[in-house]
Amino acid sequence: MTEGFQPRRGGGVLATFNGFEADLLRSLASQLVELLRNEVAAPVEAEDPLEELLNFDGPTSEPEDPVLARLFPTAYPTDEQAAGEFRRFTEGGLRDGKVRSAMAIVDALEEAGLPEELDEESLYVDVELAADAALAWLKSFTDIRLALATRLGVEEGDEEYWHTLPDDDPRTHVHEIYEWVGYLQETLVESLDP
Amino acid sequence: MPVETERPPVEEREDEELTLLDRPWLTIVWNDPVNLMSYVTFVFQNYFHYTRTKAEKLMLEVHHQGKSVVSSGTREEMERDVRAMHEYGLWATMQKEDA
Repeated sequence: MTEGFQPRRGGGVLATFNGFEADLLRSLASQLVELLRNEVAAPVEAEDPLEELLNFDGPTSEPEDPVLARLFPTAYPTDEQAAGEFRRFTEGGLRDGKVRSAMAIVDALEEAGLPEELDEESLYVDVELAADAALAWLKSFTDIRLALATRLGVEEGDEEYWHTLPDDDPRTHVHEIYEWVGYLQETLVESLDP
Repeated sequence: MPVETERPPVEEREDEELTLLDRPWLTIVWNDPVNLMSYVTFVFQNYFHYTRTKAEKLMLEVHHQGKSVVSSGTREEMERDVRAMHEYGLWATMQKEDA
């Protein structure tokens, strides 16, 4: 089991994952990328077809998927029009940024030797990240945890509840993954100099 | 586009010749059950360049009071800050100071 991240001499961080852990992280990051690219909010309808073709605007209403709604919160809670404008100008860029951060995880794991198909049980992957890549991982860990927590329905102070679920409840396993990513994030924050 | 939105240095923000009346907007970060206390502190230090002491004070306000005003300025500046908080995965909104 990985001990998480530690500072690297000369800057950046390093961590060692076993093959299963590395494969799991890649899978979580890939699923996040898929979700971010999946639900493309409907473009604003225009009467003029030319205007519609030239319309590169982003969405103006909150995403339907609760995970995306949490990742892209409404900036103006009491002003629908201002909230729509804000979303139109920010959500596309934010989505792209979150995709890039998640892809930084996938790329670093594969560059460190994680094969496309995990077929070797004793595989270990040493990941070394420079400061900018480490920040991308840190942000993406947040997105992954927000996604898992939203799907699970995690609430403030409910740690006990999750530990009372039976082992064969699928949520038990997902919550363990959620806590594990939280552990990794904690070690990564501690290894970074803000 | 850079992965990280850099907050413009303080001098640059003050060049906009603001008066007190021009700065009625606030960025508010809300508590959520997911983000780690250490991470929230890190974000306030990393993005706003606040000292560790100030960042921890704001984080504890979020944690115990449910929310904290983390920055104030023009509407444009606050939109930049809210966007950055969303980039870090924090739940942020903005509103007028007197709202």
